[in-house]
Amino acid sequence: MTFELFSILAGVVLLLLMLPAMWRIVRGPTALDRIVAVNVIGTKTAVLLIFIGVIYDRVEMFVDFALAYALLNFTGSIAAARFLHKTEPGRGQIPKNEPVPEPTPTPDEL
Amino acid sequence: MIISIVSGFFVVVGLAIFFGASVGLIRFPDFYSRTHAAGKGDTLSTLLVLVGLAIYQLKDFEGFAESWPILLIIAKLIAVSLFILITSPTSTHALMDAGWEDQVEPTIEPNYPNHLEDDYPQNDSSNEIN
Repeated sequence: MTFELFSILAGVVLLLLMLPAMWRIVRGPTALDRIVAVNVIGTKTAVLLIFIGVIYDRVEMFVDFALAYALLNFTGSIAAARFLHKTEPGRGQIPKNEPVPEPTPTPDEL
Repeated sequence: MIISIVSGFFVVVGLAIFFGASVGLIRFPDFYSRTHAAGKGDTLSTLLVLVGLAIYQLKDFEGFAESWPILLIIAKLIAVSLFILITSPTSTHALMDAGWEDQVEPTIEPNYPNHLEDDYPQNDSSNEIN
């Protein structure tokens, strides 16, 4: 078994193991759970880029992509965490099913 | 040959640890424990896989004079893994701190203290905390 075939298999396994994190993004329940799962997927995408570089035998090019991707992922996570710090408390909570207030009738309907 | 085996061993161990992180991300009960599983497993598995692929780059190495660009690729891979070693725990800590400020409820066994109520005494979303 060549290392290229092994890299393809390892990349497919990595992609399949990203699916639980994707399920966590869809399911929630809080916004911060989704951001953590996005962070995991972003880090693993940087690893997957280096696997692609090994498969095509161009690691010297793909390692730069991976570095840029890891940098952007870190910046995005920090920005999201700071944003949820500064909004009012309760923005990251599980949304409660509050009754929608009745719209006040406009003067035309009266 | 021996380089491929050592490199494949690192990659497989990294994937196994990422499997643990994925299972923890699905099955743990509250936000804090899920962040714990995701942060640790993600960091360690990324480091192991990147170090394994850096070892694999040594396969064409035939002396320093003609194949020194390979050492640059290895240095870049080590730089990426060091960057992730620093930044991934930082972002995990920032997200968990944001969750604590946001009063995300932890899951606690009965008769154990809830320290979130120590920090935020009236734990409803109507009070103002800055």
